[in-house]
Amino acid sequence: MRELLELLKHDARRPARELAAILNISEYEVEQKMAQLENDKIILSYNTLINWEKTGENTVTSIIEVNLTPQREVGFDAIAERIYRFDEVRTVYLMSGSFDLLVIIEGKSMQDVANFVATRLATIEGVTQTRSHFLLKPYKKDGIIINDKEKDRRLVMSI
Amino acid sequence: MINWNDRISPVVKNVPPSGIRKFFDIASEMEDVISLGVGEPDFITPWSIRESCVYGLEQGYTSYTANRGLMELREEICILHKNRFDLDYDPKTNVLVTVGVSEALDIAMRTILCPGDEILIPEPCYVSYKACATLAGGIPVPVAAKAANDFRITPDDLEPHVSPKTKALLIGYPNNPTGAILSKEELEAIARFAIKHDLIVISDEIYGDLTYGGVKHICFAGLPEMKDRTILLNGFSKAYAMTGWRIGYALSNPDIIAAMTKIHQYTMLCAPITAQIAAVEALRHGEKYMRKMVSEYDKRRRLIYDGLQNAGLKCFEPKGAFYIFPDITSTGLTSEEFAEKILIQEHVALVPGNAFGESGEGFVRCSYATSIEQISEALARIEHFVNNL
Repeated sequence: MRELLELLKHDARRPARELAAILNISEYEVEQKMAQLENDKIILSYNTLINWEKTGENTVTSIIEVNLTPQREVGFDAIAERIYRFDEVRTVYLMSGSFDLLVIIEGKSMQDVANFVATRLATIEGVTQTRSHFLLKPYKKDGIIINDKEKDRRLVMSI
Repeated sequence: MINWNDRISPVVKNVPPSGIRKFFDIASEMEDVISLGVGEPDFITPWSIRESCVYGLEQGYTSYTANRGLMELREEICILHKNRFDLDYDPKTNVLVTVGVSEALDIAMRTILCPGDEILIPEPCYVSYKACATLAGGIPVPVAAKAANDFRITPDDLEPHVSPKTKALLIGYPNNPTGAILSKEELEAIARFAIKHDLIVISDEIYGDLTYGGVKHICFAGLPEMKDRTILLNGFSKAYAMTGWRIGYALSNPDIIAAMTKIHQYTMLCAPITAQIAAVEALRHGEKYMRKMVSEYDKRRRLIYDGLQNAGLKCFEPKGAFYIFPDITSTGLTSEEFAEKILIQEHVALVPGNAFGESGEGFVRCSYATSIEQISEALARIEHFVNNL
């Protein structure tokens, strides 16, 4: 199973036939296993990593450090949920260190994101402080180098 | 007009040129060629290894090193062999760092072969073996490994080729071009054969880290009584994706290493310090990157093994290196015809088996050191080719 997950992590679009050959099982088994992994919520989604800069579309990403006052019984979870339910919020992590939640927000413009933070996020009860950092340029994301200049420089044939 | 060819040593003149020249020239002109003809990893050297070399240059490491190589590197090589194969080598006397296994192979032959001495060379094999023996003044004696035995050499194959002049045996497992490996029992049989005929064994284990399916590499020098009798050759090119660094090593008894060092000293002086620094890093911290690459090769191996069979080509499952050696006799073509036709018609480059010795005729070498996407596309083209013959 681990090997199947690793293969899909690298490329979720691999044909079942190819996966079957690599894993030495039948195509049917591959499909069964994948369905099971989806069912068990081990595979949550099949994402596409897009270099938006190249499409000419503007998106703004902000990484926000959020401080909270934890609540009795539920700690940070209830506030975290109030935050992660917003569509604008892409990622939420509970953190150790000098702040509590790391929140990643995507918007169409800086104004857009600033508005969301000021009117929605900072006003949630229990949020005591926010610090926003706007992302300027991605170099590497999820293990993929954005503008990788390294290429295959090998001779076309060698013995 | 001076005919310069007349001035060239007949020994050199008689060494055949590389068997891939023709294919290389055609493939080089093609835009969309998929090459399964490459004998090196498609990975670039792991960054931590490259970075250590850059740092070394910044610190001014640009000098010669000891002829035998940096002591740190020799120590790491000995530690590796102790940990992995329980072999005790002394970094001061048993190790020589060379410019790739190629140099080690050359000087090993020059060290042990007197004019007329014979060296047994199982085929199919890496193309340099015979040429190095000839250039060293020895006589290479090719011994065909049997296709029926998945190209694993046995004492029975070797025995008829032994003569009073036989001095050495050269084995290279995991094997280029077949991907075959030998089991412990098979290697032990070779070891007994070596003792029986009092042979020196050169064991080229450059693909030793690349074994699959839970099979562990057996180091020939680690077999009983083989340590002193063996000239063990290895390097960093294949396992650590460091082909262009040109760094390898030889391990043997102090006398042979001292003699090899003499040739090395007078011809090469030392291996480049930059590559030696990188090799130290590879041995100290590179294993996890190497394991990851090996697991990638393994996936590709299973894909190509399955795909070639689906295409109707018979092949045995390779357990080492990154080559697979399908039998193409069912197509009615010779190895060269097959390689040429598939290159021209389907733009797939692979190497005809006879480039690795006569016994490779009827086979082609496919390297799976290329991406899964490329392998999938190549397999589709091969299947199309075979079905439309």
